[in-house]
Amino acid sequence: MKLIILDNYSQASEWAAKYIRNRIVQFGPGPGRFFTLGLPTGLPRDHPESYHSFMWNNFFKHIDISPENVHILDGNAPDLQAECDAFEEKIKAAGGIELFVGGIGPDGHIAFNEPGSSLVSRTRVKTLAMDTILANARFFDGDLSKVPTMALTVGVGTVMDAREVMILITGAHKAFALYKAIEDGVNHMWTVSAFQQHPNTVFVCDEDATLELKVKTVKYFKGLMLVHNKLVEPLYSMKEMETERSQSKKPYSD
Amino acid sequence: MPSNKSVSDAPIVQFTNCRILRDHQLQREDLWVREGKILNPEKLFFDEKGSADVQLDCKDSIIAPGFIDVQINGGFGVDFSLATDDFKSGIDLVGQKILSHGVTSFCPTLVTSPSSVYHQVLPQISVRNGGAHGAGILGAHLEGPFISKEKKGAHPEHCLRTFEAGAFQDLLATYGCLDCVQIVTLAPEMRRSSEVIRELTKRGICVSLGHSVANLSQAEEAVQHGATFITHLFNAMLPFHHRDPGIVGLLTSDRIPAGRRVFYGMISDGIHTNPAALRIAHRAHPKGLVLVTDAMAGMGLAPGRHTLGQQVVEIDGLNTYIAGTKTLSGSVATMDTCVRHFQEATGCSVEAALEAASLHPAQLLGIEHKKGTLNYDSDADFLMLNDSLYVQATYIAGKEVWRQDVSGM
Repeated sequence: MKLIILDNYSQASEWAAKYIRNRIVQFGPGPGRFFTLGLPTGLPRDHPESYHSFMWNNFFKHIDISPENVHILDGNAPDLQAECDAFEEKIKAAGGIELFVGGIGPDGHIAFNEPGSSLVSRTRVKTLAMDTILANARFFDGDLSKVPTMALTVGVGTVMDAREVMILITGAHKAFALYKAIEDGVNHMWTVSAFQQHPNTVFVCDEDATLELKVKTVKYFKGLMLVHNKLVEPLYSMKEMETERSQSKKPYSD
Repeated sequence: MPSNKSVSDAPIVQFTNCRILRDHQLQREDLWVREGKILNPEKLFFDEKGSADVQLDCKDSIIAPGFIDVQINGGFGVDFSLATDDFKSGIDLVGQKILSHGVTSFCPTLVTSPSSVYHQVLPQISVRNGGAHGAGILGAHLEGPFISKEKKGAHPEHCLRTFEAGAFQDLLATYGCLDCVQIVTLAPEMRRSSEVIRELTKRGICVSLGHSVANLSQAEEAVQHGATFITHLFNAMLPFHHRDPGIVGLLTSDRIPAGRRVFYGMISDGIHTNPAALRIAHRAHPKGLVLVTDAMAGMGLAPGRHTLGQQVVEIDGLNTYIAGTKTLSGSVATMDTCVRHFQEATGCSVEAALEAASLHPAQLLGIEHKKGTLNYDSDADFLMLNDSLYVQATYIAGKEVWRQDVSGM
């Protein structure tokens, strides 16, 4: 694991964005060669604050992605399990997830894989924990009866299949979850801990999120920032990377 | 990338690098257009899996809904109150020329005229969509002849009339045909005006109060019967008095029926209204302000003598008077000049200035679901302006119908 500790939310976001940018450029996507970016799924379609609106306003409308290359789990599908299975197939067809970017819940969950979720689970229908329902109430005018109690989600196993995983954790309320995720053992009550067994994980956090970690851990990884920052240095354009890759340089790995 | 053919074959245009006026704010968003309407890009993306066929870089322009002029008597030598042989080509000429002022829809206005003029002219005005040929015609605005003698302004006295005898039937007989009439200005203190106002409102015609010596109660009664507009506020009405504000008092009246709003036209050319008075009106009732030009035949032409219906008027710079007098008669202002002057004089936001010429007139005429905004599914009539609110390009139904000459002035 690489643990990247930045001062605050904005710096953490910027570091993560630059890292993703560099990874895409390094990968050199093209027709038929997809850089598959995985993201955790969210609320059902109908609501104005829906995940679709969120993704459109915050991501898709700013880039030139083709709509055919966007796959979002459809919570209104007639057969939910079939929808989930089809989603897994689509991931395989695109060549597998290259980079999965997600956050962590205060209860240590990744995507909607709440405590107790199997660490080898796949995309499925998942009941939501009360904490999550309460947290989502803000999208439904605080009316708990309107908040969905189930969601479609990628499984822990699905994310483990990604070639690289990046988890963003900011804020003091996530500190305990981060501690459980990286300093304690692998445990299905804190599903993010599963990534201790993933060969390629990056945790990006701010100071506040490290509040429950051992001072030793924080010092160790802060000391590595000089090296880690090389990962976000501006890279060449994708065209120039074509020629770079023929003189293959080994990317940094731990 | 091609759009999803099963929904529509029409090309999709995406205007990028611009700030659009939406939800009363200038937002950095792209404007998407298909088949002459504003398109919702999110629905296009997720439901149709479509994307733009053409992308146009707007070079950081402001994109605003096209201006709507509800009071314009003519221009460029054309007088809508004169029943000439080539009346139709006259209206076409004005409609085409005002595109460069940012006007995409207008109401050709007729001043007080003999009944014969109405019978000859009105059948030649038809409601029609705009396009490369010119701005769209929303319907005629009939200013008079049922107005007050004391406040006739530049209207000819011998043509003034009342509807005491037959109320609405008198009005119908005078005008002949009401099919494409959108607004009627009358003086509410005239006897039987309530019946007339009710009848006009029932037919979907907007009733405006103007050229009148009505006091506030008479004006409020007219509003209760259905009047919704005030013709060029301050001009041709009793001045504001603190014990009887007259028609001007409608701006802050508490006897307006719930859910209704009174709109008022302002000619903000710096001449018809002192900027201080403009500010008072704007601050009292900002949401009701509708910018109008009240332009007459001399607009766009050199100074000198021109006609306004039955009268002869003289242009001297920005002033237009009845020849030989100091009575104001129409203006030579253009809509974009009015917008700029309004913004400067009141210090209001750019958004408010643009809305006074687009959203508010659309709301007045009850057409804001398709004109006056850049909301999804409304008509793609819009303008590209620079930061100083000079029109750079005019679009109707998504097609460019006028562009500022880069080399020209």
